[in-house]
Parts: sequence; structure tokens; C-alpha cells
Amino acid sequence: MDNARLIELVRQVAGHAGELKNAIPLTLVIDAATLTQVCERLHKNPEAYFDMLTCITGVDNGTEANTMEVIYHLYSIPFHQSLMLKVIVPRENPEVETLTTIWKSANWLEREVFDMFGIVFKNHPDLRRILMPADWDGNPLRKDYKHEETYRGIKID
Amino acid sequence: MKGLLDRQFENGGVIITRVDDLLNWSRLSSLFPMTFGLACCAIEFMSTGTTVYDMDRFGMAPRATPRQSDLMIVSGTVTFKMADRIRQLYEQMAEPRYVISMGSCSNCGGPYWQHGYHVVKGVDRIVPVDVYVPGCPPRPEALIGGILKLHEKIRNESRVKPTALENLIAKNG
Repeated sequence: MDNARLIELVRQVAGHAGELKNAIPLTLVIDAATLTQVCERLHKNPEAYFDMLTCITGVDNGTEANTMEVIYHLYSIPFHQSLMLKVIVPRENPEVETLTTIWKSANWLEREVFDMFGIVFKNHPDLRRILMPADWDGNPLRKDYKHEETYRGIKID
Repeated sequence: MKGLLDRQFENGGVIITRVDDLLNWSRLSSLFPMTFGLACCAIEFMSTGTTVYDMDRFGMAPRATPRQSDLMIVSGTVTFKMADRIRQLYEQMAEPRYVISMGSCSNCGGPYWQHGYHVVKGVDRIVPVDVYVPGCPPRPEALIGGILKLHEKIRNESRVKPTALENLIAKNG
């Protein structure tokens, strides 16, 4: 399947849900509200069959833009196709629906984004910190992150 | 070079030595390091144990529990999440116990010294360190150099209460 066919297919399954960017891999910017629906279609459609969620990344665009992004990397094993989904959320109370209902791999990936950026994944089965200690304060990869003076009596600096 | 026990002794095999020398010699000749590694330095630590570098020639065999170890080689990046565990392992070791800080990360934070929010800037903030081995990571030769430095330190230890300072104070009033 070539790129043009994939674009057509994504348009077909995702409807006019989002803006399509001709990047590598093909990128679809979608609304947080339609995320689950689009992903379900991309997963189930016999022509697309994106059966693997390889990566979830977070991006903090800073206080000026006042937005954050969650980026999903999908891969279709039978068709050797990659697709990137991008969701833009506000910096205050950022929330996205979980994808653990579709791909099991989303569980730990979403926990990492939650740990580093503080983005909440609604209906996640086990939303805890995964990298930092449980009693850590703040989300280290946010642009406005300031670390504490000490952690359990050890100086951080 | 022949060791102490390779020599032939006169006087029916009776040796006269000081308690300090005997204890220090036995301690430094059988330092048991704890099987414990944190990052890439641990790979070099493992290499030190292979036949090429042969850690065993110093009487060192890695032990699987801190309760049987004399030496902790902190080989790698010490994160805050790991800090409590390292302190606990150190406290479980029986005295006399020694610590070698191996590599830049455990010496001072290494490449994470400025922006590493998760890294303890030197393991000496958690446990006392005897010998620091520089390098990123240090080659096995460097680690062996550190072990020999520790041998030197142990060789000069004494169980006698130090009196030099007291004598000096008494002399100068």
C-alpha cells in the first residue's frame, strides 16, 4: 500500500476528524474527543489493521503556546505501514481518554507520559508513576518544572 | 613474586608478627565484593571478574548477599529511587566494610551533574566512600587500581587507639 492509498484510507476511516499532515510517518492531528473512535476504526478496519501501538510521547509546548501534545505511533504489521496520531490538549488539567481498551501496550506508555508531563489518561486501569518514585513532587519534563531542594533528606541541586 | 605463604620459614614454622599486620593482611587478601551493579560501569566491573583481568587473584569472589560482603563497588548512576536501597544494602553489610565509588556518575553525578533531576550528585551523599575511581566508565585496569589503593588503605589501618595527637596536645599544653 503506497502513501496515497493510506491517506485515502485514513480519510475514509477517520472521516473528517482531523487535519492530515504529509510528514514521515503520515501524521493525523485529531481532537481529544474523537481519539478513541478514530483509533478503534484504524485498529479494526481490515485494510488498515494498525495492530501495534509502538510508542506514546508527550510534548510540552511551553507557557506561551499553553498547549501540550500526546503523540501516538501506530504500526500495521501485515501492511508494513506507520501512522502518527497527534492530540493537542490545554496545559491546565490536560486529559485524554485511555487507549488501553484497544492496545494493551498503552498501559505503561501512558503511565510514562502521566509521570513525566502530568497528562491524565481517563479510565486508565492503573494510573501511577512508572519512572519516578511514588512520593516525588512534580512532572520533570514540563517546561515550568522546578525540582525540590531535597528528596528524603538528600540534597538534589 | 612470591606471597607470604610461599616462603620457607625457619624456627619450626613459627612466625612473629603484629596483630595489626596479621588482621590487615587477612582482610585485604580476601575482600569479597557484593554482586551489585547499577549501569554501564557494572559491565566493566563484570569484565574485571573475567579470566582476562582475574579479580580472583586478589582473593576477591563476588558474594550474592550484603551480609557476606566486605566491599561494595557502586558501579553506575545512583538515582534517587535507588538511593534508599543502596543505603539499606550498605547498612546490611557487616563491619569492617568498604565502599569503592566507581565512575563519574557515582563520584559526582557525571553527565547528569546539571540537569539530572533524578540523579544523586555523588554516592558519598548517602554512604561513606573509601576510594573514588574516575572514568566514564573506568576500564577494568582502573578499577583494579582502585582496589589496590583500597589494599593500601587497609594495610595502614590500626586497632590501636591513635596517641600521636594526644601526645602533641600534652606536649604543647
